Amino acid sequence: MTYTQLSLLSIVGVIVGDLWIARTRLVQRRIFWKSYAIIFSFQLLTNGILTGYRIVRYNGDNILGSSTPTDAAPAFLGDGRIAFAPVEDLLFGFSLILLTLVLWVSLGRVGIGRTPSAGPPRSFMRRLTK
Amino acid sequence: MTHFAYIGVLIFCLIGTAWLEVAMRTNVYRRWSRLMLSVVPVAILFTIWDKYAIAQKHWTFDAKYISTVTICGTIPLDEVLFFIVIPICAILTLEGVRSAHGDAVGDECLLGADGEAR
Repeated sequence: MTYTQLSLLSIVGVIVGDLWIARTRLVQRRIFWKSYAIIFSFQLLTNGILTGYRIVRYNGDNILGSSTPTDAAPAFLGDGRIAFAPVEDLLFGFSLILLTLVLWVSLGRVGIGRTPSAGPPRSFMRRLTK
Repeated sequence: MTHFAYIGVLIFCLIGTAWLEVAMRTNVYRRWSRLMLSVVPVAILFTIWDKYAIAQKHWTFDAKYISTVTICGTIPLDEVLFFIVIPICAILTLEGVRSAHGDAVGDECLLGADGEAR
């Protein structure tokens, strides 16, 4: 299977797991999307470093865009890439994060590590997040 | 030093989220058994994916920028660490947002054996 197919399949699998197997329904919760928005922006930065400096290189036969060039950085935007990374990486990252959070919440729901629960923020943070 | 480029990115991610444990009182590292039970299965699954992707030449690595240690023959140590570090960062972010906004995550009430809230 290509990276494109695998990453799409993983998204479908993890969403099915979230909605119907674990029934955590994180994709229907505001907090998941708030968290994902933060993670996503840092993913663009860190994955951009890994792919823009060609620390990780991709084979064009398995992604929507073309291969990572051998002598220059890949496209910043376009040719199937966003911030140097193949769009497939964003799907891959989404699956990785959603699956992790489904497991984390599922464990809490059966009573594993529910306490000490998160918060409240320390007073100096409370002023910032209000 | 360039061998630490990939691992350097991961250290940035760890430091970039670790402060939440203190400032937001996320208590994620404190609940280490729940953390391990969440992260380890995900890391194993994605390492298997990585092994397949490397075998199929979906992606390759610039040996200059990664550690010289490999796992299971072909997987750079950096990649396995990625599948441990990023899930930890994701959980810290979720709990940080919960601490800040108090939104429901779904584990507020315990589930009974029948799958219904008790």
